[in-house]
Amino acid sequence: MADMNKNDQVREKTPFFKKPGVSSVIASLVSILGGLIVGFIVLLLISVCNKDMSVSDSLKGIVTVLGGPFSAGNSGDILFQLGNMLFQATPLIMTGLSVAIAFKTGLFNIGAPGQYLMGAMGALIVSLSIPTTVVPVWIVWILALLAGTLLGVLWGAIPGFFKAKFNVNEVIVCIMTNWIAANVVSWVFNSTKEKFVNYAETKINFINKTSYNGVATPTLGLDKLFNNSYLDISIMIASAIAVILYIVMNKTTFGYELKACGFNKNASKYAGMNEKRNIILSMAIAGGLAACGAALWCLNGSQDFKWNTYLTLPADGFNGIPAALLASNNPIGVIFSAIFLKYIGVGGSNLSAQSSFNEYVSPLIVAVIIYFSGFSKLIKDLIAKSGKKKKPKNVGYGTEDPTPAADNAAEAKTAEGGSEV
Amino acid sequence: MIFLIQKTLIFTIPLLIVALAGMYAERSGIINIALDGIMIFGAFVGALAAYLFRGNPFFVDHNQLTFILSMLVAAIAGALFSLLLSFSSINLKADQTIGGTALNMLAPAIALFIIKIFFAKDQLEMVPAVNSAGQTKDFGYVILNNDLGPVGRTFFDKAYISTYIGIALFIILSIFIYKTKTGLRLRACGEHPQAAASVGINVFKMRYLGTTISGALAGLGGYIYIATVANGTASGAVAGMGFLALAIMIFGNWKPLGIVLGAFLFGFLKCLGVIYDQLKININGQDVYFLKELGLPMYFYNLIPYVAVLLVLMFTSKRSRAPKAEGIPYDKGMR
Repeated sequence: MADMNKNDQVREKTPFFKKPGVSSVIASLVSILGGLIVGFIVLLLISVCNKDMSVSDSLKGIVTVLGGPFSAGNSGDILFQLGNMLFQATPLIMTGLSVAIAFKTGLFNIGAPGQYLMGAMGALIVSLSIPTTVVPVWIVWILALLAGTLLGVLWGAIPGFFKAKFNVNEVIVCIMTNWIAANVVSWVFNSTKEKFVNYAETKINFINKTSYNGVATPTLGLDKLFNNSYLDISIMIASAIAVILYIVMNKTTFGYELKACGFNKNASKYAGMNEKRNIILSMAIAGGLAACGAALWCLNGSQDFKWNTYLTLPADGFNGIPAALLASNNPIGVIFSAIFLKYIGVGGSNLSAQSSFNEYVSPLIVAVIIYFSGFSKLIKDLIAKSGKKKKPKNVGYGTEDPTPAADNAAEAKTAEGGSEV
Repeated sequence: MIFLIQKTLIFTIPLLIVALAGMYAERSGIINIALDGIMIFGAFVGALAAYLFRGNPFFVDHNQLTFILSMLVAAIAGALFSLLLSFSSINLKADQTIGGTALNMLAPAIALFIIKIFFAKDQLEMVPAVNSAGQTKDFGYVILNNDLGPVGRTFFDKAYISTYIGIALFIILSIFIYKTKTGLRLRACGEHPQAAASVGINVFKMRYLGTTISGALAGLGGYIYIATVANGTASGAVAGMGFLALAIMIFGNWKPLGIVLGAFLFGFLKCLGVIYDQLKININGQDVYFLKELGLPMYFYNLIPYVAVLLVLMFTSKRSRAPKAEGIPYDKGMR
């Protein structure tokens, strides 16, 4: 009884900025601020070392990066860059979700690049080989998306299977499957060159765009709205998937089981959950998400996919890790963190175009932000502590702070509770 | 055959050193997922140092000295860079995966940012330089020794001094971690830091030591990689070698002998994929390119090492055992 009342007190006393959600956001904002400050210092140092630049250049530089697409100049360019930024954020949202879901189950999915490649291959092959003269375009589109996602599910299940069945560290299997995927995709497209490679535009390094077969994601006029950018409804699909995942993870038994598996594998096993099944399922879902992102990107209809990729892995796969980390693995947070990462990236390319600095300042700032986001627990602790120090002061001076009132209310409750007993 | 062993050695040494780097960090209790980033950083600083050294004709004359000095610079750079990881994960108790990921992103960003600002290029290549006699000499550290027997030629012709340094380092560091007091203390901090602290071991110091050695080795490995495998080009990437080394460390069960085995197996299979079409055997006076004549595509040979690692892991994983306390920040109150 006494314990319960204590809990009530704590809940009622929690000021706005101390709520867990709010303090997470504050911690992320502090990290972002830190990253920007370090980025500014780097630009400042360069401008001091370089005779052709002045200090004001570095200030202008950081403002350009911070402006993202808005520092493009005229309104037409701004709209165009904004549209493209939202489109490019789509696969990143999906790989971010992929990494985040695996993290929730206590797994580190560094295999998103491989799953991404498999998804791209599945979507491209299906969308380019089913003749749209026979089958309606929208059916082909759905089939392609499903094929890509399914390939990713299978590919992601491999590390999960190895982890569950053979107790092999998922990181090593993910890394191996990444490179296997890179070689398999190159191999498949190399042996089916005549059918898929874009000879028409002499872009022999790339696969035909899916619009070659008439398949493209509907845009609902978004591309026109954003000055003929690539934007289509895939960003909405990705956001919807994020919301669904949030609900699944937080409101369903299945999500609870996955999270329990992440907190303590042995305890969840003891509680009667099938922890092996959960590991495989979690990795399969993660693989499907990353692959779905790639499929959405390819099915846009105007993107060039480089097929001979056996030496490189897609950057969007790895960047899912920072996207997930920045959002503290919250599916809805991933939408914003992915868009933010692309926003800073666009700012970097604008900086490169407009000054003698280059675009690599964006990944630098992002890296520093991630570094600082590792301290989020420390920042949250500081926020929690700061209130404790202030409390006696407020009570002493009897300010307009709501805390004492809440205290009284809680005390009154306690008294009531006591009398009932 | 000689050719194959030589090539295998070139691929193996960077993998071996960087996998050893991972082992040192993880045995002290810190997950070093930043190996790739530290390699990139070491490679970049080493290449920059070699570039600056070679502005002076003396260093162009003494090529091997330049190599050794720039390897040293790369190792120091790697050690300093890894302090970022140590600071966040040891002092501030931050998540080690996050810190490592940040370093992995930071290293290419710094390298490419500086290369583009000062060289207006996307990669830093080792260019020919002028020696003291006024001749232009190409960049290259390879030692040629053609007048040795077959055995001598295998190990001393077309060799790099880094190969011997790598092997020597491997032996010294394996003995250090298993046979010295400090090595034992370091391993204790990765297994049960609270127990180690209770007998007076400074856990923070040991973890700093492990991570710093790890950083130095990874930086060194990164520079050796670009100097021997990647034609001396620092391009802000090491083709995922850091992650492969991480995989080999897990494959080797966090033990030096397992790691050296894994590195050789992987290095051999990996170089098979690169040179499969040059391999020949002499049958009745005729050169037969036996692998090329099978008609399988290059991608098949590139796949082999990764599939092989997975297969081996499937059968050996029951014995797999990571250091118990890795990834967990040391908390005195947890005793």
